[in-house]
Amino acid sequence: MEYTLPQIASQVRRDIVRMVTAAASGHPGGSLSSTDFLTYLFFKEMNVTPETWRRNGFGLDQFFLSAGHISPVLYSLLARRGYFPVEELATFRRFGTRLQGHPSIEKGLPGVNQAAGSLGQGLSVGIGAALAKKLSNDPCTVYVLVGDGESEEGQIWEAAMSAAHYKVDNLVAMTDWNHQQIDGTTEDVAGLGDLRAKWEAFGWSVIEADGHDFGAIEDAFTRARSLKGRGKPVMILWHTEMGHGVDFMAGTCKWHGKNPSVEQCAEAMKQLEETMGDFAL
Amino acid sequence: MKEYIDTGKKDTRSGFGAGLAELGNANDRVVALTADLKGSLKMDQFAAEHPDRFFEVGIAEANMVGMAAGLAIAGYIPFIGTFANFATARVMDQIRQSVCYSKTNVKIAASHAGITLGEDGATHQTLEDIGIMRMLPEMVVINPCDYNQTKAATIAAAAWNGPVYLRFGRPGVPNFTPADQKFEIGKAIKLNNGDDVTVIATGHLVWEAIQAAKRLEELGMTVDLIDIATIKPLDREAVIASARKTGRVVVAEEHLIAGGLGEVVAGVLAATCPTPMRFVAIDDQFGQSGKPAELMAAYGLDAAHIVEAALSLR
Repeated sequence: MEYTLPQIASQVRRDIVRMVTAAASGHPGGSLSSTDFLTYLFFKEMNVTPETWRRNGFGLDQFFLSAGHISPVLYSLLARRGYFPVEELATFRRFGTRLQGHPSIEKGLPGVNQAAGSLGQGLSVGIGAALAKKLSNDPCTVYVLVGDGESEEGQIWEAAMSAAHYKVDNLVAMTDWNHQQIDGTTEDVAGLGDLRAKWEAFGWSVIEADGHDFGAIEDAFTRARSLKGRGKPVMILWHTEMGHGVDFMAGTCKWHGKNPSVEQCAEAMKQLEETMGDFAL
Repeated sequence: MKEYIDTGKKDTRSGFGAGLAELGNANDRVVALTADLKGSLKMDQFAAEHPDRFFEVGIAEANMVGMAAGLAIAGYIPFIGTFANFATARVMDQIRQSVCYSKTNVKIAASHAGITLGEDGATHQTLEDIGIMRMLPEMVVINPCDYNQTKAATIAAAAWNGPVYLRFGRPGVPNFTPADQKFEIGKAIKLNNGDDVTVIATGHLVWEAIQAAKRLEELGMTVDLIDIATIKPLDREAVIASARKTGRVVVAEEHLIAGGLGEVVAGVLAATCPTPMRFVAIDDQFGQSGKPAELMAAYGLDAAHIVEAALSLR
């Protein structure tokens, strides 16, 4: 049966909370804020399937997760899209798993192109991959997701300058702008400021959209596609809410990297519809 | 003592430039990136001949490492070039995660390593890079001794599937290894057979070790002389066999004792055949401005100090 995007997203959110609860560790907050636009990206936007995927990405769209701590949302999406068995989600963070705490290529998990976790590195990798596509006359697109807190890393701005300099216009970067990081709000911690103005000043085309509204998400990705080949890299700033979908996790930094108790997980499950079937624990 | 002829002084970084230029014509998957040091790294010829495959990244080394990783994921063979300090300590985390842990096929070309950088002083005189790079799983560490060996090592690095760290120096040094050599990664090069002391040298210290071996022979000690260009993976068998034969080992390198080849050799020998050793290297301090030769003498990195170290083991 075919599932709607909201149905898939609801199941992904259940997976995230259940994985983090079962592992008694992990990062639910940013996983939940990124769920909707990533669900659209994996199920509607990218021209890559579990059957066609390969690490070198030739002739395929590629996705690089730079904010590696939100691995639960990536793993759930890959499993739900069919890259590996959904049951494997139960192994998240366990000894010997392919689902390492932060994404790794070490154990050969399909769909993962690059290790991430130490922040700030993925955008540079995405630029390299996008330049490789240009060198190889591959018309496909490279997508990269960075966190808003992650944007405090200097390397992000090295990459920002470089992508504009090289007119990497087959690159669509995205920021999960949920305004929260471990120690507090992005404003309290580092004065992140006006991201739109910053990216525009670095020479990027900037799109802003509600990262939880599937209509707005579709419009944003369509607009990003229309900007391809126009001489500038594209940044989509997704306005999102940390912990979105679970009321007691929403809008606070407290759930950045904390696992719920079994009781809290049960409470969250009441708020998230089971659509595609939970993985067995 | 075998005779080695200095065919004229050349810098090892120019050997890299020549190797890269040759690779550029032989393999269209080879790409090169630099962080505003194209000329210093001798990448000009590659850049001129393959402008589409050359990326001037600007003074942004972390971004350069990441871009190289992305190009490598797509199947290209990137060489990134900058000074050894900015190619290692500055981007250790990027190399660790985006290159080594991610198993991306990135080659790190690091020039101006060691005290022979000279006048620029300690900020640029990297003496820790071998230690930093050899600690990383997956990383191959190569420190060639002259122009010809550097060129051959560069070509070998491109054929190796995995991260490689290539270390070069700034000044001209005697060029004495064969121009047509085939470089085998992980193979020690035996420069002389002797029975009384083993001298293991790497990089700029290999020529000094040859001079030291001649002097030691005059003094009645024959030297088993080994050129270690590949520090990781180390040719353990060659080192162990020589130490078993001579029972005395001197290791000479343009690096701190901490993390250097001497510690690698000591680790191998401690576990197999504990052997009295001496370390001709810099002990826990920064360098300073000066001419390369006077700095090498002042910090004890020359033939005279190798001789002294060997005699002290008698």
